[in-house]
Amino acid sequence: MENLIVEGTNKTPTVKLIADSGLLEISGKSIPENSFGFYQPLLTWLDNYIAQPSPKTEVKIILEYFNTSSSKCILDMLRKLESLKKTSRSEVVILWHYEKEDEDMMEAGQDYNSLVDLPFELIEL
Amino acid sequence: MAKINLYNTYLNMEKEDIILSFKGDITKDLLSSVYQIVEARMESENEDQKRKKKFYHVLVECLQNMYHHMESLQESGAKGELHDQAGSAIFMVGRGEAGCYLIYTGNFILHENAEQLKEKIDKINGMNPVELKAYYLERLGASELSEKGGAGLGIIDIARKSGNKIEYDFQTISETFSFFTLSAKIN
Repeated sequence: MENLIVEGTNKTPTVKLIADSGLLEISGKSIPENSFGFYQPLLTWLDNYIAQPSPKTEVKIILEYFNTSSSKCILDMLRKLESLKKTSRSEVVILWHYEKEDEDMMEAGQDYNSLVDLPFELIEL
Repeated sequence: MAKINLYNTYLNMEKEDIILSFKGDITKDLLSSVYQIVEARMESENEDQKRKKKFYHVLVECLQNMYHHMESLQESGAKGELHDQAGSAIFMVGRGEAGCYLIYTGNFILHENAEQLKEKIDKINGMNPVELKAYYLERLGASELSEKGGAGLGIIDIARKSGNKIEYDFQTISETFSFFTLSAKIN
């Protein structure tokens, strides 16, 4: 399957979803007015990936800011990954990054960890 | 038509410590420019990183909250006596006591939506930080994303991140519309 690469802008993150290696990375800012429009291709890509996943799926999230409408889309992505983990066809890990002393971003990682059954590593940058 | 005394406007803004103000159509491009201006300004200021981040975060939510109000008002087609003003709004960003950041937004809203919004803000204002977090997670986990992207989380997040009560006002301007003012304070 094809990879999904999206260049970041001042409102949307850089996206690198690599199917073969199972390396999924989202970095930068995510503050679009219409988050659903931005995340829809990512969610569709995930649906296809889940059908033929890599044995290991490493999800790197390195967000500086995200708005509340993005927070919903991020949860939708994590829920899809949770369903992948449940199939036992891929070992899924979420690497949630936050800048030093950014307690809000660290807490956001903990919040997601409480909402989905996936292993989270909180990593300070 | 009375002439605007721009010097008085300047003095007022200086006195009130207004960093930025805008009145007019709220578009995605406008918001992009505002974020850029604010980011550039924050970079040049010798300010606590945590406070900067909180301010930026709350600003984005306040402006997008206003943007979604304008969007739904325009989609409702209820321009009435507002005519082209229906897509227009106002916002200001300033500094206050002890260097706190103040964010104000003002936009038109249908009466029928005002009561619901008022109840929502009152409910959120009545919550302590622990309750706010629980409510945020409940809303995040439970509801489907609305196409608008609002998902009702914005107001909760403004209260949560700002750490202060949200101040608001609804001013009746006609049979159809109120003018809704929201203000958030980041210590």
